[in-house]
Amino acid sequence: MSWRRLWAVLIVAVLAVGPFLPLGRMREYVVHVIVQIFIWSFVGGAWSLMGRFGLGSLGHGAFLGVGAYATSLLWNFFGLTPWIGGLVAILLTVALAVVIGYPCSRFQVVGHYFGLVTLAVSEVVRLLIIAERDWTGGSLGVSLKPAPSDSSIWALQFADKRVFYYVAMALWLFGLWVWVRVDRSMASRAMEAIGEDETAAASVGIHVTRFKLGITVLSAALTALGGVILVQYLAYANPDTMSGIGVSLRIVFAVVLGGMYSLLGPSVGTALTIALSEFLRIYFGIKLIGIAETIYGLVLILCIIFLPAGIYGSLRDSLRRRATARTATA
Amino acid sequence: MIDPLFLLEAVVNGVLLGGVLALLALGLNLIFGVIDIVWIAYVDLVMLCMYAVYFLVTVYHWPIVLAGVGSVVTGVILGLLVHLLIISPILSSPPINQFLATGGLLFFIQSFATLLWSTDHRSVRVNLPVLEVGGIFISFPRLIAFGLSILAMLGLYLFLTRTFVGTAIRAVSQDRDATALMGANPLRLYLVTSAVGGAMAGIAGALLIIQYAVHPYFGGAFGPLTFMICVLGGLGSMFGAFVAAFIMSQIISVGGVLISTEMGYVVAFVIFIVLMFVRPGGIFAKRT
Repeated sequence: MSWRRLWAVLIVAVLAVGPFLPLGRMREYVVHVIVQIFIWSFVGGAWSLMGRFGLGSLGHGAFLGVGAYATSLLWNFFGLTPWIGGLVAILLTVALAVVIGYPCSRFQVVGHYFGLVTLAVSEVVRLLIIAERDWTGGSLGVSLKPAPSDSSIWALQFADKRVFYYVAMALWLFGLWVWVRVDRSMASRAMEAIGEDETAAASVGIHVTRFKLGITVLSAALTALGGVILVQYLAYANPDTMSGIGVSLRIVFAVVLGGMYSLLGPSVGTALTIALSEFLRIYFGIKLIGIAETIYGLVLILCIIFLPAGIYGSLRDSLRRRATARTATA
Repeated sequence: MIDPLFLLEAVVNGVLLGGVLALLALGLNLIFGVIDIVWIAYVDLVMLCMYAVYFLVTVYHWPIVLAGVGSVVTGVILGLLVHLLIISPILSSPPINQFLATGGLLFFIQSFATLLWSTDHRSVRVNLPVLEVGGIFISFPRLIAFGLSILAMLGLYLFLTRTFVGTAIRAVSQDRDATALMGANPLRLYLVTSAVGGAMAGIAGALLIIQYAVHPYFGGAFGPLTFMICVLGGLGSMFGAFVAAFIMSQIISVGGVLISTEMGYVVAFVIFIVLMFVRPGGIFAKRT
């Protein structure tokens, strides 16, 4: 067994026993933060499936919002279990991704333009949620109706946070697995070629539209799944925390901060941004409203200017460089 | 059925809103066209200029016109700062990093404004009458803002076409490398462009504060709209941005009256998305 594999097993084992460590009264809180890190890392990973191939989407807030709102509204109004509701939500999101993704890849909407079109999509979803306030609750958000006590599995609502801890962890591992599968497939070679130069890729026989649409649909479906799990965990959805530009930017920030070209980059970035914002929130409390976000914004700008490959990516590159330098001199 | 007078009033308001939107879009379009970077936080700079006017008028008791000049100066300084501190280090980064750096600036400005001035809505009271023309009401401040933004745009047009620096700026937006070969320094032109873009933000700020109350999240409504107008008009096309601003403002204003404010924006954004597919180079681009 290689060292890398050993490390991986060790990390997963520590994470698996995590919720049973004696942390006293802190445990609830720590579990809560880690669940969020797992889910947002998964969403970040889903984003970077597109982002690493040059499809810098700012529309993932829309996919997350459709996922979260579709399941919660189906449950609240029709009592439809999130097991089916989640599936419906993912299908709806896929439909949205096709409606946006097909023309984008067909008409070569790329770069800044792709960013702006997807940005408009996430705003459309957020505004629609606010506009349809009669049944979505508008800006006030919507709470999941609590399930009867005997049907928590049917309703996917659990009083014990540790259940969600394992659900979220499984989700995170699933995301990493998808990443590895995509990375090893022919599709990733094709997508890399497309990301470099679409016309050249098409000229060697790569079906540009098909590959771009495929990766968009996969990324959107995973993001919607993240939204479904997130809303089940929080039992509350709000247009500003589940959709719109703010959410899209947050997802992308975390990923770019960690580094989108490496397997663990999105997770490291998400863990750092969530840890940073939680730390700032607790440290400053309600004393200076806005200071936590101010520092957060400042850190992001500095990181993007000085660590363009992301924290994890830069760290790994410099370690590698040192390692190769050592072997070269030896 | 909605009273036609209401509809007419919405159309007039749409035209008046279009003037200010066009001004915002032209400032951003200039930067986008020349430096090829979208300042996601552009409208947040406008928001800071609005605060500048507010404090100059209410705390220091400057007359409103002088405060407007102060707003322009603030805009120029902010534009230069953004360029020197954030944009110049990332000029050659991938587009997504450039997006994010100015997006980080957006978070920073919004929350810093919250920290300094709280989320209170603040407005400058200007005692001006509301005009009544044939049964429809037109707010006088809006009319002034419209007139001044048309003048500002005319000024920008003259600057870009009649001065040497302006011509050089237009040349950079057409072909960066060729302009450098002709002996113009693109990096210095970037600085001038950022200053001019900042000045436009300052003018827009002064014109917006007499119509709307300012708060830290002011950029939320106008920001995305401004980029869309820019892209819809076509990069570097001043005329396109101008027309696109009036189209979008009409949709928002009339849609807002016919359905609801949010739906007005939704319709405008959906039209933007569809137009991007049909005419990716902007509404006046020649088909290739």
